[in-house]
Amino acid sequence: MTILPPTFVVAVLALRRNLVRSGLTTLGIVIGVGAVIAMVEIGQGSKMAVADSIQSLGANNLLVMPGQASSGGVSFGGGSNPTLTPTDAEAIVREVPSAVAVAPVVRARTQIIAGGKNWVPLYIYGTTSDFLTVRDWGVSEGRAFTQQEGAGMSGVCLIGSTVARELFGGAPSAIGQTVRVNNTPLQVIGVLESKGANTFGADQDDIVLAPWRTIKFKVSGQSAQTANQSAVAAAGVTGNSSTRFPSQQPASYPLQSATQVTDYPAPPLPTYVDQILVRIGDESEIAGAMKQITVLLRERHRVRADQPDDFNIRDTAELSNAALATSQLMSGLLLAVAMISLIVGGVGIMNIMLVSVTERTKEIGLRMAVGARPKAILWQFLVEAVVLCLAGGAIGVLVGWGGSWMVRTFLHWRTEQSIPAVLASVGVSAFVGVAFGFYPAWKASRLDPIDALRYE
Amino acid sequence: MELITVQDVWKTYRVGGEDVPVLKGVSMNVRRGELVALTGSSGGGKSTLMNTLGCLDRPTAGKYWLDGVEVSEMSAEQRAVIRGQKIGFVFQNFSLLPRTSALDNVLMPLTYAVPRANMAEGRRRAIALLERVGLAERMDHHPSQLSGGQMQRVAIARALINNPALLLADEPTGNLDSKTSIEILDMFRKLNAEEGLTILLVTHDPSVAATAGRVVRMKDGLVESGAFSALPQSPLTPQRD
Repeated sequence: MTILPPTFVVAVLALRRNLVRSGLTTLGIVIGVGAVIAMVEIGQGSKMAVADSIQSLGANNLLVMPGQASSGGVSFGGGSNPTLTPTDAEAIVREVPSAVAVAPVVRARTQIIAGGKNWVPLYIYGTTSDFLTVRDWGVSEGRAFTQQEGAGMSGVCLIGSTVARELFGGAPSAIGQTVRVNNTPLQVIGVLESKGANTFGADQDDIVLAPWRTIKFKVSGQSAQTANQSAVAAAGVTGNSSTRFPSQQPASYPLQSATQVTDYPAPPLPTYVDQILVRIGDESEIAGAMKQITVLLRERHRVRADQPDDFNIRDTAELSNAALATSQLMSGLLLAVAMISLIVGGVGIMNIMLVSVTERTKEIGLRMAVGARPKAILWQFLVEAVVLCLAGGAIGVLVGWGGSWMVRTFLHWRTEQSIPAVLASVGVSAFVGVAFGFYPAWKASRLDPIDALRYE
Repeated sequence: MELITVQDVWKTYRVGGEDVPVLKGVSMNVRRGELVALTGSSGGGKSTLMNTLGCLDRPTAGKYWLDGVEVSEMSAEQRAVIRGQKIGFVFQNFSLLPRTSALDNVLMPLTYAVPRANMAEGRRRAIALLERVGLAERMDHHPSQLSGGQMQRVAIARALINNPALLLADEPTGNLDSKTSIEILDMFRKLNAEEGLTILLVTHDPSVAATAGRVVRMKDGLVESGAFSALPQSPLTPQRD
């Protein structure tokens, strides 16, 4: 006690003299800070939960599409000019720091058959094992592709829950079964988690995923845009030799001998993919990542400065804006609640301090008569207010933690511990103490000792 | 040697836009070791003069030296320091802190002492003072557990904690019965005689005033009689040392 300034001791003793009133005064701040802490922790938890579900819709995905082809003034529309290669995808994940995962996609649309049933899935995607990371998608039964399966041409596939239901009557019985996709047998190694319809009503679970080389070379033989769907339809389900055995077409030229092959190495034929999906780590980095990918791909495709891009990048701006707006709304709401409760607590403190100053007018007069300077009186009452607020803040933090613990334990809501919220609310409660304690303290220090001594 | 020298002090209050003079050129002195009573009928400027002498208020005009220091021009801040160092107050209504022990009440002025007081030594002094006023057994008692006379003795101990040069007692027996009053007045006389403490008793009661060695009588803002000490020394030249 001797180390502290004497006025501080006096302030604490004065608070102890009116313990019940001090406690009740503090209650406002306790409830305020407790509410702030609990709200921030619960709010952060729900913010994370909302952000996660928005992200699983693909909020931080970028879609890179090939540019358009045109002939004689007739445009074939976006994506008709094959320019994107799997190595572009590898380059993006290597060169763009904010791209956390990249998946090239080859699309096909055809009938799949299993046993006596058949189905035409909405999406048949050839991709890599990273696709599931990009789309934030899990496997509910079985397993995902291994790295080797994704990179090679193995005959395996993952199917969506709609496909599993249509062909096998349910997810568990689908594992290990074989589906024939355009007469290519693929073994079902896993069933994807159900995602439901996307924002436009298309069923996202109506999907078959396979390694992209499998789809590219075994199933479709060519990309979906350039496939002559009517020819395939005309060929019927059984197809002709070229559609049934796309990789075993009769050779048009005599086979080269081994010597000829080594003497005249054929230039590697470019392989094109239909789109590249990129997952960006954080929504705020999407704009920068789009610029970086544009520069990278123009360079890789050797596009001259005066020519337009031979690709398009699309972002899901609608979704990412929704994500951003949600988190801002949450933070704004929390801030408003915090401010209101702390101001209410502060007004309570000011009210009681004013009552206290009036009630102790005689005491103030006496203290001034025995030599207390106005400054000492000011400090004494200010310290009282700040001590009340800080004590309230400290108890409030504990109450808030208790509240969020209860919500987590009994309601099973997600909560996030927030150290900045603790620091901020203790800081704000000290500030409230100074701000709302200053006027009563100033009023006390301005008292005239003669009037104060005579006050009844 | 003068402890208090007042020279032509005026105090004017503004009431409803009009200047009302309460002190109209008071001159007086108090020597060290004197026991002086300040008396007069109400409205005669007795309280105003006491507030001025106690450095609670500042005169409108005139000079006031306390213990060789000119205090009439001092700011509120400086006067607070002077009050703490040189003056001990005893009030009619005791003015003790409620729910606070007698010892802590006596220690209270040390909180504001300039320079800062040594608390351990102050505590020893407070205990000695309480023993001196006869309250050795009641140091832990709160004011509500003490009688009027005991409360006033706590107040006297509190007034002496800072070793003041002047003890200013404002109607110290006003709230006490006659028997207790005599005890308290005896204590003042003893303090004056044994320790040479200068005491100024402010009272309207002639029997209390009779305790004092000299009576300063106020009337209509002027000192009617007894303004200066009988000892031959020039009252208008303040002693500085």
